Amino acid sequence: MVDLSTTYLGLKLKNPLVASASPLSEKVETVKKLEEAGIAAIVMYSLFEEQVIHESLELDHFLFYGSESSAEIDSFYPQSGTYTLKADAYIETLKKIKQAVNIPVIGSLNGVSTGGWIKYAKKIEDAGADALELNLYFLPTDPALTATQIEENYITLVHDVRNSIKIPLAVKLSPFFTAIPNIAKRLVEAGANGLVLFNRFYQPDLDLETLEVAPNLVLSTSNELRLPLRWIAILYGHINADLALTSGIHTAEDVIKASMAGASVAMTTSELLAKGIGRVPVILSDLEKWMTGHDYESIKQMKGSLSQKSVKEPAAYERANYMKVLNSFKSLP
Amino acid sequence: MERQKVTIDGNEATASIAYRTNEICAIYPITPSSNMGEFADDWSAIKRKNIWGTVPLVIEMQSEGGASGAVHGALQTGALTTTFTASQGLLLMIPNMFKIAGELTSTVFHVSARTVATHALSIFGDHSDVMAVRQTGWAMLPSGSVQEAHDMALIAQAATLEARVPFLHFFDGFRTSHEVDKIEQLNDDDLRAMIDDELVRAHRARALSPNHPVLRGSAQNPDVFFQARETINPFYIKVPGIVQKAMDKFAKLTGRAYHLFDYAGAPDAERVVIIMASGGETAEATVHYLVERGEKVGVIRVRLYRPFDTTAFLKSLPKTVKSIAVLDRTKEPGASGEPLYLDVTSTLFENGCQGIKVIGGRYGLSSKEFTPAMVKAVFDELKKADPKNHFVVGINEDVTHSSLDYDPNFSVEHPETVRCLFFGLGSDGTVGANKNSIKIIGEETNNNAQGYFYYDSKKAGTLTVSHLRFGPKPIQAPYLITPNTANFVACHQFSFLERFDFTKYAQPGAVFLVNSLHGPEEIWDKLPQEVQKDIIEKKLRFYTINAYDVAEKTGMGSRVNTIMQTCFFAISGILPRDEAIEQIKKAIQKTYGKRGEAVVLKNYAAVDQTLVNLHQVKVPGKVTSTFTRRAPVPADAPAFVRDVLGPMIAFEGDTIPVSAMPVDGTFPTGTTKWEKRNIALEIPVWEPDLCIQCGKCVFVCPHAVIRHKVYDKKFLEKAPKTFKSMDSKFKEFPGMAYTVQVAPEDCTGCTLCVEACPAKDKTNPARKSINMAPQPPLRETEVPNWEFFLSLPETDRTAINLGTIKNSQLLEPLFEFSGACAGCGETPYIKLMSQLFGDRAIIANATGCTSIYGGNLPTTPYTFNKDGRGPAWSNSLFEDNAEFGLGFRLTLDKQLEYASDILPTFVNELGQNLVDSLLKADQTTDLGIKQQRERVEALKQKLAHSKNPQAKNLAAVADSFAKKSVWIIGGDGWAYDIGYGGLDHVLSTGRNVNLLVLDTEVYSNTGGQASKATPRGAVARFAASGKGLSKKDLGLMAIAYGYVYVARVAMGYSDQHTLKAFIEAEAYNGPSIIIAYSHCIAHGIDMAKGLEQQKLAVQSGLWPLYRYDPRLAAEGKNPLQIDCKEPTVPVEQYMYNETRFRMLTQSDEARAETLLKLSSQDAKARWNFYSQLAAMHFGETSEQK
Repeated sequence: MVDLSTTYLGLKLKNPLVASASPLSEKVETVKKLEEAGIAAIVMYSLFEEQVIHESLELDHFLFYGSESSAEIDSFYPQSGTYTLKADAYIETLKKIKQAVNIPVIGSLNGVSTGGWIKYAKKIEDAGADALELNLYFLPTDPALTATQIEENYITLVHDVRNSIKIPLAVKLSPFFTAIPNIAKRLVEAGANGLVLFNRFYQPDLDLETLEVAPNLVLSTSNELRLPLRWIAILYGHINADLALTSGIHTAEDVIKASMAGASVAMTTSELLAKGIGRVPVILSDLEKWMTGHDYESIKQMKGSLSQKSVKEPAAYERANYMKVLNSFKSLP
Repeated sequence: MERQKVTIDGNEATASIAYRTNEICAIYPITPSSNMGEFADDWSAIKRKNIWGTVPLVIEMQSEGGASGAVHGALQTGALTTTFTASQGLLLMIPNMFKIAGELTSTVFHVSARTVATHALSIFGDHSDVMAVRQTGWAMLPSGSVQEAHDMALIAQAATLEARVPFLHFFDGFRTSHEVDKIEQLNDDDLRAMIDDELVRAHRARALSPNHPVLRGSAQNPDVFFQARETINPFYIKVPGIVQKAMDKFAKLTGRAYHLFDYAGAPDAERVVIIMASGGETAEATVHYLVERGEKVGVIRVRLYRPFDTTAFLKSLPKTVKSIAVLDRTKEPGASGEPLYLDVTSTLFENGCQGIKVIGGRYGLSSKEFTPAMVKAVFDELKKADPKNHFVVGINEDVTHSSLDYDPNFSVEHPETVRCLFFGLGSDGTVGANKNSIKIIGEETNNNAQGYFYYDSKKAGTLTVSHLRFGPKPIQAPYLITPNTANFVACHQFSFLERFDFTKYAQPGAVFLVNSLHGPEEIWDKLPQEVQKDIIEKKLRFYTINAYDVAEKTGMGSRVNTIMQTCFFAISGILPRDEAIEQIKKAIQKTYGKRGEAVVLKNYAAVDQTLVNLHQVKVPGKVTSTFTRRAPVPADAPAFVRDVLGPMIAFEGDTIPVSAMPVDGTFPTGTTKWEKRNIALEIPVWEPDLCIQCGKCVFVCPHAVIRHKVYDKKFLEKAPKTFKSMDSKFKEFPGMAYTVQVAPEDCTGCTLCVEACPAKDKTNPARKSINMAPQPPLRETEVPNWEFFLSLPETDRTAINLGTIKNSQLLEPLFEFSGACAGCGETPYIKLMSQLFGDRAIIANATGCTSIYGGNLPTTPYTFNKDGRGPAWSNSLFEDNAEFGLGFRLTLDKQLEYASDILPTFVNELGQNLVDSLLKADQTTDLGIKQQRERVEALKQKLAHSKNPQAKNLAAVADSFAKKSVWIIGGDGWAYDIGYGGLDHVLSTGRNVNLLVLDTEVYSNTGGQASKATPRGAVARFAASGKGLSKKDLGLMAIAYGYVYVARVAMGYSDQHTLKAFIEAEAYNGPSIIIAYSHCIAHGIDMAKGLEQQKLAVQSGLWPLYRYDPRLAAEGKNPLQIDCKEPTVPVEQYMYNETRFRMLTQSDEARAETLLKLSSQDAKARWNFYSQLAAMHFGETSEQK
């Protein structure tokens, strides 16, 4: 019997497979199913800074819109009711999930600035979350804005969130940093207990019929594993924080690779959204089979075993590796 | 329990008592009483309990008739039940009121008294409604202020339980119902102290029950009916005593003493006015003022009007009185006097008081101002040896000369009372902010406070006026702030200054605050001469702020409310500045806190940014402006528009004398074009290089401000330089020129045309063939361009292929520039009808939005073409519109029959050919109709010379030979609810009428109450917890007849389908009904996205499009054709774009989820049902087999 257990953000997990932030955590019933299927922990769907602010302003706008427009109309809607904004509903859902399952539940906040909305970090803690994942992603469109300014904002935000809560804090990053190890180190110094690599985003598409931008989401594939795999392998052992790999986890092999690169956990969503929660026991069973077949006793045993620090050729994770690939490509008949 | 001081309006003050002392409220919306029902529904939704610890049950009915029926039933089975209503609503309750009184049933109806429609509808207040029910046997208890409405509601409830006589508690609509005052709120203990539970149990014990069965409501015959009717007398005799007892108990409890008749004034008064409701406040304040100045005057305020206690009345009358004026707020044409006058005269006569001179007069009809100056005029009249009887006061009645003159400058207001006026733009938040201000002043200072809010008659670009009074002395002033008396005047919308005179209200030395884009250095030169003159002469302290800029920078958008409110507190000094800021912020938290922190923060930011942007303007010593205020209408407008409508537009309508008004409510059409409201900040600009001439922009325009024409190129020779033109792409009109033109001063800036435009620039898709641009710089060029465009000839309608959108839009709209909301979803359908059939249309219009933007003065959007033809329009009532329209049809049919009968007798004079062609004319096309009209003209000309005595009779009905199109138009409140019985019957008659139901799925006009058209899951007034059941399928019910043409349309999904349905419906020689999806501001959507929502409604399956054409059945085909694709879009994609649905997810997520699921099932089920119905075999009947 192999030991699949791992530790992430100080949380003891029965295996390294974690459900990352997605609509799967919007319903208590689905989270219960994930737990029953064997998932080790879940990250709640993200509460977006923009969503918190936008929803509030939008509600206000439409409750106001058209009111006091004639002697017969003061407002079109009842005024005495109370509204549960999505942000508050998030907290309620989190509480319910915590009551319903035994696996660790990690809250998720997505934003880029320190403002009224980060009070939700504390609310998430108070609601019983075992940890918080802070999802950083800002798309700079202003040419005057420098990378340094953006990074400073991130550091400030992590610092502020860290100071507002006591539970472990993970930071989810995008791959678009010039110096990933440096920002990783600074984020950890600012208070991050773990780093989650990497974010995936809604990318805009173009509708050729309407000549309009049409955003949509494309689910990940195993090929996307390569990018986070490299950076996990590079960061492992160099920073004082747990690492989680997200993007491209679809099979047991992907979980094993994540683990060997140095990830404490492997996070998956696309696979479950595309093929259902039933994939969880299959992946876990395949994982066990592979480990048994390859004489691995535990996940701990393989963790970081193929990180840059541990491999014979550290340069394999560096630019030389890229050159080699190109050369091999050229040498094809 | 301590009593709180609260600042609330009369409706809330009343509902608060009614709700807490009843178990059931059966309600129906009608202005100005709707708010009482809304309060009850809101409180019920949040489970607020009554004094017996149970949550009252609130149910909306289909009409006031229905509400009174439900009340009657609930009372008969022992529940404490109430309702709220006004005007026509109260009249619909009359039959039940007779029954309820006849059965000696305890209840109170609360009425915000409103004008009953006569020559015109009016939503404002007078006593014509309550006086129309005084014969029903109900006790009638008026109240004259917000505090009194609160108090009397309870006294009535206490008294009815003891008396067993039902009570009508009423107060003046708007004046009291909507006035915000600081009052002492009665707590639950007070209510319990006043309501005797023994009497409540007695009420229950009288209930119908199979456990002690009785029969109530028998049919009686001449032998006993009379005697039985007289049995109630002892109960009525006791009522005054019971009411006084309740009043005395109340006085002991609260210190506020009332009597059946309250006298105020000199103990030795010689002249006395008798009056009831809010006018009594004005009269009393005036009396106090006059008595202090030595006049021997007094006023009797009637508290219990029915039963009229003559003993108590005589007791209240000073023995010294020599002359009395009785003031009635109603008119009874033909009567020997108005009701209260008759009561007083008969009382005096019966009691031998003939020595007292009594005169009667009318005042305040439809909320006409009633001021101390008018009261004084009445007292002055009483001094005369031969005073006018049956006078009117407050208007210039220059026909029979019954009016009293008064000095408009006479004022009794206390010098310590501060009066403030705020002129705002509808929906800019000014009214709400002022309500907050008055609450702050009322509840956070020792001042008394009063707020009253006035709106003009438009739904877009409305002018709002907030009247605020506060001060250490009690405020007894239920009238507007008068010229030269305001201490503070604020104009929140700069453009108003060029249209209206606001500074006339300022007293010398007052503050004048203006929100302006212009800075403190520039603003002076931007003011019209009249404003500058007033500022200088009255030595006004002039302040300005660019609130638009502050709002923009603090995320407030176009809402300047918080900013202007902060200015008011900062300048007025009513509170120390820091305390004022703190109180404003507290009010912000209270008002907006539930909407999230971001909203609170942006309001805080607006407050903080205000003070640094507020400037006092240095006023130069002389007038420097180069321009004057704009005339309300151009000088070349027709005389009636200039002399009558013009003053109304300028808010000077009070000055119009009786002689200038039409005697029977008849007004000319085509008058909105003179108003030139200039309310759009941006207007559409046409780019010919991209235009494909599809006409979609013209089709969707709710205001008929964007139009296109094809015309001969020769006309371009005289075109203004900036007039745009391109070659026509119409295959029907080759070689001609083409133009799309916008009416710059009439556009509301809604952007629907831009949304509908399919032509995009390939190198810059953001640029379309129609784009928005700021209006002011375009005005100079586009005004002459528009005038030139109008001068181009209209395309001959007989040459137009009506089957295509682009061609149909060449038809001249005969409905233009209405006062509807910007981007209205209803008006494009009405405009289309006016284009297609307007020159032969006669419209019956149900009361509602359509009748307000269609028929509210001052100006009228229905118009006429160069031949003088256009829609003839009338509004009867809300509930009878289908029947009203059927009446039109009956006349047309009957007159045609009559004309056809006698026409052949003129064959020798007219010739066989003319007679035959008149009788057999094919009028299925515009050409056919045109030819028939020519025949009718020929007929009239020949008849003019005829010696046949019947000739004049035939000439009088000759027009009936030419086809007319009867349109019966209204909203879903009419069609689905209050008017459904009539609508159903009209359809059943098989007569050729066209019903157009503009379905906004809510009572839009009265403020968004749920109707049976409201879809499942939507939150609305009266459905505060979200409508639980699905929308009624009106179309299917009409289809069931088999011989009714039915179409369900949504122009945002298919304009072509809409066009087709209109043409088919009108062509069908039988009843037709079109149910048109009309997006609405009440849905909580960005109105620019209205068409998109229409599309999603269809795509989600919630609004399937179809046509049911009975003519197809005759051809052996299935009459039902589904005209949209199977649903492809999840219902939530449609629903959650709209606040009405989305807000339920925020107030009750679980319920929202359930209702969403059910809505999804509704959509599927409806699609399955209709597709099966459409697939049915109609080829052979079983008999044929």
